[in-house]
Amino acid sequence: MKFKTKTINLFALIALLFLFLLSFQSFAEEHNQKEHQEATEGKFDAGSFIFEHIGDGHDWHILTVNGHHISIPLPIILYSENSGFHVFWSSKLAHGDSYKGFWLDHEKGKIVEDVNGQEYLPWDFSITKNVMAIFISMALLFWIFISIGKSYKKNVGKAPKGMQSLLEPIVLFIRDDLAKEAIGEKKYERYLPFLLTIFFFILINNLLGLIPIFPGGANVTGNIAVTMVLALFTFTITTFSGNKNYWKHIFNAPGVPWWLKIPIPLMPIIEIIGMFTKPFVLMVRLFANILAGHIIAMGFFSLIFIFGAMHMIAGYGISVVSVAFAIFMTFLELLVAFIQAYVFTLLSALYFGMATEEHH
Amino acid sequence: MGLVTPDYGTIFWMVLSFSIVLFVLGKFAWPAILNGLKEREASISEALQSAEKAKEEMQKLKADNERIMRKAREDRDELLKEARDIKNKMIESAKAEAQKEAAIMIEAAKQVINSEKISAINEIKMQVANLSIEISEKILKKELTGDKNQEELINKMLNDFKLN
Repeated sequence: MKFKTKTINLFALIALLFLFLLSFQSFAEEHNQKEHQEATEGKFDAGSFIFEHIGDGHDWHILTVNGHHISIPLPIILYSENSGFHVFWSSKLAHGDSYKGFWLDHEKGKIVEDVNGQEYLPWDFSITKNVMAIFISMALLFWIFISIGKSYKKNVGKAPKGMQSLLEPIVLFIRDDLAKEAIGEKKYERYLPFLLTIFFFILINNLLGLIPIFPGGANVTGNIAVTMVLALFTFTITTFSGNKNYWKHIFNAPGVPWWLKIPIPLMPIIEIIGMFTKPFVLMVRLFANILAGHIIAMGFFSLIFIFGAMHMIAGYGISVVSVAFAIFMTFLELLVAFIQAYVFTLLSALYFGMATEEHH
Repeated sequence: MGLVTPDYGTIFWMVLSFSIVLFVLGKFAWPAILNGLKEREASISEALQSAEKAKEEMQKLKADNERIMRKAREDRDELLKEARDIKNKMIESAKAEAQKEAAIMIEAAKQVINSEKISAINEIKMQVANLSIEISEKILKKELTGDKNQEELINKMLNDFKLN
């Protein structure tokens, strides 16, 4: 029941999101050309403001002063079928500049190659803002957990200290209340490293996403490609660790009337679809939750500028309300950051548990 | 880059990075952390167990001590009793010995006294005999100074003899 209502909520959220996206995209397309002019004129475009923050980018935009963008350039890695590999800094493409025939199409958000007046899309493996943020979180994870591992080796059998004692309850919680409960005493140890990694990866990226300035601020766990990869890892591990009992439940579920299996294999089809919906739901849940949080927080800030553009006093007035709401939302997002990391890990553990459950 | 269409570049980097994270943490962080936790748990439970064992041992020791104490007390009581018995016996035997000795001494003294008495009596007898002989000599000497007296005496004696 719990999962059902959650799924319904989720779909409602996704539907809303799609509506929002569609309406925005048409809006954005209409106004994209005029964006620069509008910015210099002092008008505020909430849609592009929000989507610039939650979307990916080829550079890491920090702030704009008088229409002048200040951003951290990131490496662009391209493979073109026409001209081979290219690696250069994103600053070369700033302000709509063209470099070696490549230019950044803001409308599509993609790098386009111009060959003799014809447009081609090169293979784009650039270190984008999100990829950079993933690298930063990777470095953080390595630094935190390798140092903790060292401190475990250093003070064997002693009480934990510092960072160790901060994260030990979480590690213990994942081990005892999550992995052991969901997978079972016998097999949980095999999956524990993955569960811990995925939990802390999601958590750290969720938390970094809440920090508005440079090392944070990227919308990593609100990026569908990232959550897709995480869900695919869970899916792959689930599928490869599935035992005889697991596959039997899928293809020939016991306790189901025979006419649901023959002549039309209704149950097996449902079960096979279920195999794929599980990771799909994992992917969408994390993505939608984090994205929605970011959009709402940004929306509150946008309100200040929308009202400010209308009238200065209105802007100041609404800023009090907006900041209060944004703070509230940030606290909520802090909670969500933990909950989503927990839910993703718990469901992964449950799927592993299902895949390895022995016949009773 | 649409919001709901996964970007292959991001997927590529994400797969790569997450695999590296999984590998590195799985090799260098989690085993150390989980083993550390396990070791600590084991050592804690071991310590608890050994504390329990020590408690039990303590109890056993205490019981042992009590038992030993009780036994010692019993032993002491027995020893004391024995000693008392021995003392009593010794006193008894000493008394008996002393009585015997005393009896012997008294016997000996009696014998000595007896023999002394006999010898004293004998001596007295001799002395008396001697004295009576001396007295009778002196009397005779004095009595027989006149003829008349001698005659008288002889006569008297003769008379006595005759009577017998």
